Amino acid sequence: MSDTTKIKAASTDLTPVVAAPTDVARLTHRAPVPPHEQTADQDVDVVDWDRVAAAEDFKSLIRAKVRFVVPASAFFIVYYFALPLLVGYAPGLMNRKVVGVVNFAYVFALSQFFMAWTIAALYVRAATRFDRMEKDIIARLLRRGKPAPGGN
Amino acid sequence: MFLLFVAITLGITWWAARRSSGTSHFFAAGRRISGWQNGFAVAGDYMSAASFLGIAGLIAFHGFDGFMYSVGWLVAYLTVLLIVAEPLRNAGKYTMADVLAYRLNPRPVRAMASLSTLTVSTFYMIAQMVGAGALVAILLPSVSFHAAVIGVGALMIIYVVFGGMLATTWVQIIKAILLMGGTILLSLLVMAHFGFDFGAFFEAVAHVTYREGDVEVTKDFLRPGLYFKPPYGAIDLVSLGMALIFGTAGLPHILVRFYTVPDARTARVSVVWAMALIGVFYVLTTFLGFGAATIVGRDYIVAHGGNNMSAPLLAQRLGGEMFFAFVSAIAFATILAVVAGLTISASTSFAHDFYTNVVHRGMERRPGEEVRVARITAFVVGAMAIVIAILLGPKANVAFLVGLAFAVAASANLPVIVFSLFWKRFNTKGAVCGLASGLLASIVLILVSPSVDLLAEPWFPLKNPGIVSIPLGFLGAIFGTLLGREPHAEAKHSELFVRASTGIGAEKAADH
Repeated sequence: MSDTTKIKAASTDLTPVVAAPTDVARLTHRAPVPPHEQTADQDVDVVDWDRVAAAEDFKSLIRAKVRFVVPASAFFIVYYFALPLLVGYAPGLMNRKVVGVVNFAYVFALSQFFMAWTIAALYVRAATRFDRMEKDIIARLLRRGKPAPGGN
Repeated sequence: MFLLFVAITLGITWWAARRSSGTSHFFAAGRRISGWQNGFAVAGDYMSAASFLGIAGLIAFHGFDGFMYSVGWLVAYLTVLLIVAEPLRNAGKYTMADVLAYRLNPRPVRAMASLSTLTVSTFYMIAQMVGAGALVAILLPSVSFHAAVIGVGALMIIYVVFGGMLATTWVQIIKAILLMGGTILLSLLVMAHFGFDFGAFFEAVAHVTYREGDVEVTKDFLRPGLYFKPPYGAIDLVSLGMALIFGTAGLPHILVRFYTVPDARTARVSVVWAMALIGVFYVLTTFLGFGAATIVGRDYIVAHGGNNMSAPLLAQRLGGEMFFAFVSAIAFATILAVVAGLTISASTSFAHDFYTNVVHRGMERRPGEEVRVARITAFVVGAMAIVIAILLGPKANVAFLVGLAFAVAASANLPVIVFSLFWKRFNTKGAVCGLASGLLASIVLILVSPSVDLLAEPWFPLKNPGIVSIPLGFLGAIFGTLLGREPHAEAKHSELFVRASTGIGAEKAADH
């Protein structure tokens, strides 16, 4: 009876099965047990990760993430490093007064804060979409998650 | 005022000690910290003495160039938010090394990662202790520097050893609230001084008068270039910017915070909270720094404890002795909380990565052993930091130590975190080479830079090594990887990548 519960648990709970409660994953190759020596418990891998990684829904999740994260990171890095570079190489522009005595350098530095907050806000909005896609993928995996061969 | 804070935090420690049991509780507060709480805690961990005292001092003395630090410190959170926070939460357990060890050979990788974590934490921590000692020595002349450092060290050991992550988190939250409150109040007082007229405020900032040698000079403090002077000024700024932007995402005491929340979504929410708080705080540093420059004056600050005392002296001038005591207590609380956060991340790393997973190959011999080791480590790390801080004395350059911590984190930790998540071919050799080259490059370059008076003629002209050591860290990781192939690590990549991207099977909140 306890065996069935174990297999059931393995098929629905994808938390890595570990040797010690402190280790993150038995799935590292700390002890490369040859296949014929593996216990049934070690042999269980509830998900074929390569197939998940190649599946269309996972690839579209990654595409969506890349489409947001890469341009956003590129933008903030360029925008940020423009500040020290302009300070160093365009002192004339940076010292131009914009509002009263306040110069362009200060306004540009201040704008970095709003840039950071805006990108963060945009990311949070985009991420709710990623969350939905992730949930769908996990739900699909758990539906399909059959006990390992020989179980049941 | 200060004693009240100590009493409250000790109360929290007692409460946390009664509540928490088990490994996940000690290291990750049972993963039950909510988004806003963790956001405050992240902000609390981040806004260290270097920010409150250091940046205010830099702006008060050098104007705009000091503000460049503030900008970098906030923008850095975009790296954390966009690239590392959620994958780390999804794929790890207690430390960043969990993610590295997932598909690589865990023993060498964990040993190296633990070493770099301990290095970063120690440098950061010593900086805070020295700051605390100097602060107390000025506030209470009757207390010696040594006694102050020992007092701070002892308190922080108590928080961590008995309260674990839960107590540390709440200490951070309270401190973040106090710090924000104090900063906002102080900024309001500065503006009140100028009759809430921004025009008058900036007019004063553009004409700051102080003595340079024997000559009275008037400078426009909004002009860049008063601190980072030619010929290396711009490169130095870029270098500092790189260390800040890429270092934050590798700071162990920030990264461990993402394991205290229930899932990746909450980790994201907490980064957003932290960005809001940190952003407001760093915008307000303008008022603290420029306020100190215009209202208190650089000459007065020099005569009364040096640039690190700018913010407390501003409070004294505007709000009297009571407010001075309040702001000093906040500064002190800040240091205490940051040191506690650093201690717990260092001891977690040692106990979890080194003791359990390297020495005992992932087997906890007796239940609770890992926590016991972490407590002992916290005690040892704290004692070590006390001794080193006393040896360095109150004159040690605090900003230099914090800069080193950021540069080491950016050069050693970030390359291996990014590669192990996103580069399939990345392997054990690459991780060890990357960590080693980043660690070595940043430390060596700092030792031969003008920040340290080790050499009469510095070999390396920049104050911050980031622009050289960060690429070296990446190159080391790439080079090591190309030395050979590790089929097992490549085979595991899909699993790590799927787990990190979707959060499937991630560690959940502990039941109660």
